[in-house]
Amino acid sequence: MPRFENTRLSRRGVMKVAGLGAVALAVPGPPAQAQATKPGARQGLLDKLLGGRKAQAGKVELRMPELAENGNTVPVTVFVDSPMTEESYVKAIHVLAEDNPNPEVLSAHLTPANGRAEISTRIRLAKTQYVIAYAELSDGSVWSGRTEVKVTIGGCGD
Amino acid sequence: LATIRIRLPQTIRKGDAIEVKTLITHAMESGQRRDAGGAVIPRKILNRFTCAYNGRPIVDMELAPAIAANPYIAFFIAATESGMLDFAWTDDDGTVFKESQKITVT
Repeated sequence: MPRFENTRLSRRGVMKVAGLGAVALAVPGPPAQAQATKPGARQGLLDKLLGGRKAQAGKVELRMPELAENGNTVPVTVFVDSPMTEESYVKAIHVLAEDNPNPEVLSAHLTPANGRAEISTRIRLAKTQYVIAYAELSDGSVWSGRTEVKVTIGGCGD
Repeated sequence: LATIRIRLPQTIRKGDAIEVKTLITHAMESGQRRDAGGAVIPRKILNRFTCAYNGRPIVDMELAPAIAANPYIAFFIAATESGMLDFAWTDDDGTVFKESQKITVT
């Protein structure tokens, strides 16, 4: 996934990123890194949530700011491309923040009566990381989407 | 005590998928923080949120400590009929905070 797909350069944005210093700019491939740190725990959690099913990339759109100055409250919207009919709907959306002390964020169980598979909330992020959303569909398939959020001040601990 | 706010669109037409926005005051103490003396402040969060539309469950969410303080939760419902939306948030200590909101579908 191209990291700067959605990047729009503005003076303000550039200054903010510059303010993060070399650490943030040097962040290479956090997913590999995150998996390397705690593969067992993460896989266990995924198996618990998804019952061992494999997720395919797609259908899930995760809307978050690229840069969160305050990790204590970061807006997130998860949208899943689904007609939300009795025949085809999203049964559950799971959101994970891999590099938080506890990667779970939320699990939302939906029904066709929702009309649209979209949820929003505000979350805590301990540090710069990928946030991942999984969608379980009524046909049993699992889809996922993710986005990277750069965090200036972490939102766990003190 | 918790303050709860619910927001629906001003006009709701039958068949629309409308966004329901909710807000509740709560510290969502994560269990990760330490007090001045270095002792862990025990976790105390709202761990579940539900909404029913005219008695029918429509949303059921499990919430983790990663949800920010004063949880904002928004979701959609297919507006099929006028009636009542019943919301409930469950605290780790077992307290259930409830709120109901009338919905008028034209």
